[in-house]
Amino acid sequence: MTEMLNDVFGQDTRTKAQQLIARYPQSRSALLPMLHLVQSVEGFVSQDGIRFCAEQLELTTAEVSAVATFYTMYKRKPCGEHLVSVCTNTLCAALGGDAIYARLKEELGSDGKPLGHEQTSEDGKVTLEHAECLAACDLGPVLQVNYEYFDNQDPDTASDLVAKLRAGERPAPTRGAPLTDFKQAELQLAGFFEGRDLDVAGPSAAKETLRGNTVAQDRGWSAPVMPDGVLPPVPEKKK
Amino acid sequence: MSNELVPVLTKRWLSPNSWTMDTYEQLEGYQGLRKALGAQPDQLIELVKASGLRGRGGAGFPTGLKWSFIPQGDGKPHYLVINADEGEPGTCKDIPLMMADPHSLIEGCIITSYAIRANFCAIYVRGEVLHCIRRLNAAVQEAYAKGYLGKNILGSGFDLDIVVHAGAGAYICGEETALLDSLEGRRGQPRLKPPFPATSGLYASPTVVNNVETITSVPYIVLGGSDWFRAMGTEKSPGPKIYSISGHVEKPGQYEAPLGITLRELLEMAGGMKDGIPLKFWTPGGSSTPLFTAEHLDVPLDFEGAAAAGSMLGTTAVQVFNETVSVPWAVMKWTEFYKHESCGKCTPCREGTYWLTQILQRMCKGEGTAADIENLLDICDNILGRSFCALGDGAVSPITSGIKYFRHEFLALCEKNAEDSYEAFLAGASA
Ligand SMILES: Cc1cc2nc3c(=O)[nH]c(=O)nc-3n(C[C@H](O)[C@H](O)[C@H](O)COP(=O)(O)O)c2cc1C
Ligand code: SF4
Ligand code: FES
Repeated sequence: MTEMLNDVFGQDTRTKAQQLIARYPQSRSALLPMLHLVQSVEGFVSQDGIRFCAEQLELTTAEVSAVATFYTMYKRKPCGEHLVSVCTNTLCAALGGDAIYARLKEELGSDGKPLGHEQTSEDGKVTLEHAECLAACDLGPVLQVNYEYFDNQDPDTASDLVAKLRAGERPAPTRGAPLTDFKQAELQLAGFFEGRDLDVAGPSAAKETLRGNTVAQDRGWSAPVMPDGVLPPVPEKKK
Repeated sequence: MSNELVPVLTKRWLSPNSWTMDTYEQLEGYQGLRKALGAQPDQLIELVKASGLRGRGGAGFPTGLKWSFIPQGDGKPHYLVINADEGEPGTCKDIPLMMADPHSLIEGCIITSYAIRANFCAIYVRGEVLHCIRRLNAAVQEAYAKGYLGKNILGSGFDLDIVVHAGAGAYICGEETALLDSLEGRRGQPRLKPPFPATSGLYASPTVVNNVETITSVPYIVLGGSDWFRAMGTEKSPGPKIYSISGHVEKPGQYEAPLGITLRELLEMAGGMKDGIPLKFWTPGGSSTPLFTAEHLDVPLDFEGAAAAGSMLGTTAVQVFNETVSVPWAVMKWTEFYKHESCGKCTPCREGTYWLTQILQRMCKGEGTAADIENLLDICDNILGRSFCALGDGAVSPITSGIKYFRHEFLALCEKNAEDSYEAFLAGASA
């Protein structure tokens, strides 16, 4: 068994799994990052992946399965090169998110059948899903490619983006690092950023994020001037 | 008196490379920490109590009081857990904050950990925000390199480790006890309270769980003092607060204002309604807070004001919808969300959200009857107050408030011709 797993998950992955465990006071806390790690190798959480985590953490495969199936981001089937997530929660949907999702479903489908939720285009390039609120409502409608934001989209920009991904291009996200692929993103979600120092750069914030600041600047508003605040005395111990 | 914006937590966001240690240190960064480490931990708890700071994660619990519940001298390890799971629909303040100024959160974590005597802190960030996680991670590395984290911080004898932990897509993990289970490597399902996290939290040890914006407020309170903090906001809801305005307004975005500002004031700053199309309904603090209408433009948006007007302040996620949006459609979409995110642990929520979704979908297809409205309210009544956690309560908010203010729209749907196809309806809603 272990030998078989060694074929799928090499020494490097084992070392990383042990590093994850070392980060926490108790080993089981490493399970969620470890499942991200497993996805970075296989592009989904396979039965082998579940056995790998169980072995590393001395859990049963049933315990690991119960966790893996609870969370949306752990995929049961292999993902394409890129994962495209379209926010179709109410606010984005009302601004055009539903229309974006409908258009991408059609365009990514084949044989006249639209692509379903969490299905992959025939060329293996793109897995499509609808997502819940992605915490970027002021920039809606939004979508993500491998969890990087593409803000203020419409059906045409989204269609263009997906066409480019399928042609092997990697357009830059609105905020975030240059695109890699789904597996690389999962490795980073597991907490491994080595060799990607430059990815941290980019704008501090979107213009929407700064709007309040901009209004305050234009109108000369600021918070009350901060004095050197006094700390209260040490409270008396209750008897 | 009209309210003005008060950039405090957001003030560094305009600076170039605002997320870096260099920028942060040039702009008073880590000065609050130096001051805090020179004080007794209990003084800091008293200070935060005196400031009146209330939790920014939705419920508004007094932060200093929460810290004071941590037993001292109990010999157990203590933990600080930061709730950065931001998933409540409409809420989009914590992610931009951590993206633009991650060090302010880290400084808050160190001060708080010192105050509650914790030596391990986890920042639980929702998984879908890779760039934010990357920035946080880089900032934590920078803080270690500068001696703000690790052993014997700034020579004080205090040790702290911080781990940035990525979640995996589950709204319920924002509920603090579900978050703790998730952080322990389990399914994210809420725990029975009591015991509360303050005595039995992470690994059954005393734990403080606070929201990102709450903890980021702490270094400013340490530097400026409680009176300065109270100079903003209201008596019972003091301080600045980031209002996230989204939807049909000219300039959606983040606006940091004193608690108690009104939507009328915020709308003026946000350039008014988009294309002049009138306002129809809005949420004061995410989809779990009952809807407001144009009647509520002057409600003070603080904890008391929102509650007195029949809603809740929540996360100050102000989602604004204009007249083109159908209320039953919006309510159906939100209900689909709660159904998807219900963790399944308790029956009222698991089954209730399923049936609510079925009925609302049927109504929106034009196949409902007037009896469905009573049916919806009846199911809501069986969920509210009868669910295991607050997700169930939140799920009924859009429905009950939607029917309260817009019953005629639900009724109109029932009279509507069944031929009106669902697709046509959806297309109308997203136009
Ligand atoms: C379903 C549900 C989701 C929640 N999601 C979040 C969240 O994403 N972020 C957050 O800070 N609090 C969230 N909360 C509130 C937390 O349970 C908790 O009250 C909060 O983290 C306490 O921090 P505070 O006192 O600083 O606000 C949620 C609560 C419920 C019931
Ligand atoms: S109310 Fe819903 S989310 Fe909360 S415990 Fe019950 S089933 Fe789970
Ligand atoms: S509703 Fe789409 S990001 Fe919030």
